[in-house]
Amino acid sequence: MTAQVDGDAKVEAPPVSRYTFAARINHWITAVSLVLLALSGLALFHPSLFFFTYLFGGGQLTRIIHPWIGVVLAVSFLGLFLRFFALNFWKREDTIWMKNLGQVINNKEEGLPELGKYNAGQKLVFWGQSILILVLLLSGVVLWDTYFADYTQIDQKRLAAVAHAFCAIAAILIWIVHVYAAIWVKGTLRAMTRGSVTGGWAWKHHRKWFRQEVGKP
Amino acid sequence: MSVLQALDLRRRSASTVAPPPAGKAPAVEVAKLIDVSKCIGCKACQTACLEWNQLDQPIGQTDGIYDNPRDLTPTSWTVMKFTEIEKDDNLEWLIRKDGCMHCDDPGCLKACPAPGAIVQYTNGIVDFVSENCIGCGYCVKGCPFNIPRISKVDAKAYKCTLCSDRVVVGQAPACAKACPTQAIYFGTKADMIVHAEGRITDLKSRGYKNAGLYDPKGVNGTHVMYVLHHADQPHLYAGLPDNPRISPLVGMWKGILKPLSLAAIAFAGVFGLMHYVTKGPNRVTEHDEEKAVELAGRDRP
Ligand code: HEM
Ligand code: SF4
Repeated sequence: MTAQVDGDAKVEAPPVSRYTFAARINHWITAVSLVLLALSGLALFHPSLFFFTYLFGGGQLTRIIHPWIGVVLAVSFLGLFLRFFALNFWKREDTIWMKNLGQVINNKEEGLPELGKYNAGQKLVFWGQSILILVLLLSGVVLWDTYFADYTQIDQKRLAAVAHAFCAIAAILIWIVHVYAAIWVKGTLRAMTRGSVTGGWAWKHHRKWFRQEVGKP
Repeated sequence: MSVLQALDLRRRSASTVAPPPAGKAPAVEVAKLIDVSKCIGCKACQTACLEWNQLDQPIGQTDGIYDNPRDLTPTSWTVMKFTEIEKDDNLEWLIRKDGCMHCDDPGCLKACPAPGAIVQYTNGIVDFVSENCIGCGYCVKGCPFNIPRISKVDAKAYKCTLCSDRVVVGQAPACAKACPTQAIYFGTKADMIVHAEGRITDLKSRGYKNAGLYDPKGVNGTHVMYVLHHADQPHLYAGLPDNPRISPLVGMWKGILKPLSLAAIAFAGVFGLMHYVTKGPNRVTEHDEEKAVELAGRDRP
């Protein structure tokens, strides 16, 4: 039986750098603001979650703070988008990967094509959040009555409310998948904490990227 | 505005309401009836509203028409809306007292996310409870009549209370009391409908074939009703909606979307947990690490 390692094992290939310090800070600002937005938004979305407003100092403050965190998220996510979009274009191996999603879910990804820095699931998370955050920003501004009430008609505001709530739920669902993947695939989290992954992790999950990084095609 | 002890609640925003205490006599539904055909546009009602509710409407600007202020504001809960209709050789001057209609199925209350910021009493009056209001403006989106206004001063929503504080002690609303032509009546909804029928018969006998009562069914009737000479064309009266109802967009937003969303989020959480429990984590093995060394060596850039 092969011993199992979690990223800090006895036998471990030298690490491969995956994210710069700036990229990690950028990611964590995005992550924190998304969670705060989800909590403050859900508080207004469903009466049974209204108690989340206590986290933000009451209903009025929750209503005031939420859109400002939205601005932080929009700017921060734009940073991530510019950093990563070039690596997220769809490739032929991504379609094959998606067709064999069952194997991936069953922890049997060995037979699948070698992947670049991101797999199809990660790419879908990337593009999904890109589109949803754009719609959330636009509809959020329409709902931001304090400053923008006079710029739209009532039916546009109503549409914005439905779109905002719908996209928020979709974004939260994608967020759950994203976080779960980081918990499930061991050795991933250190990419966003320490900035590097073990050679074995890179070889197993993103071999094409690993070859590029070490210059061994 | 606050919840008066003698008024039991029928609905409360973002909450499930307990039924009125046992042993209480069933509530009588009240209504205000505005007879547009008897209104002379003197605005005594508008003034009485400001006075009774101690509202301070800042002096504004006039743009040469009678509507003053131009529209409802956070401090003007009722405004007379004047419309001139020229047809053939005839000029008709329609004057409608605009304000909250106190829908039996109130869209503002349905849309409000703050528990207890909007209530409906068992007598049918819809009231805003300012201390619970968070100023999000959802009520504005829920209302089919474009009534609530958010104050720029305290960011809370305001509108006509139907003088719930007067009604609870057996008084008619201030506007009804002040009207010199008795164009505004107040009483039980049943009585108001009977009274309206008399007025409509009278109007019909005087040539207004389409005279009728405005008590729109789309919002399950209202607790403020109009007698209109042209009940077939409510929109003539400064855009009174012909068929008001809660927008289907609001219905979706506040209806099916909420339980579906929470179910989806719960499902995602449970699915993740089950996956972890049954399939376990995806681990990098020593074999993978050895392969990495094999490919790239130990001392690489
Ligand atoms: C990107 C910029 C964003 C802006 C400008 C924005 C703005 C707003 C505004 C103005 C409201 C109405 C309540 C209020 O005034 O606070 C609102 C509600 C809400 N927001 Fe956002 N938001 C943004 C992003 C997000 C994100 C990323 C999420 C979730 C992940 C989210 C979730 C929600 C939810 C769930 C609601 C309540 C919807 C409802 O009541 O049905 N928002 N947002
Ligand atoms: S503005 Fe106030 S009353 Fe209107 S929906 Fe929001 S919390 Fe409710």
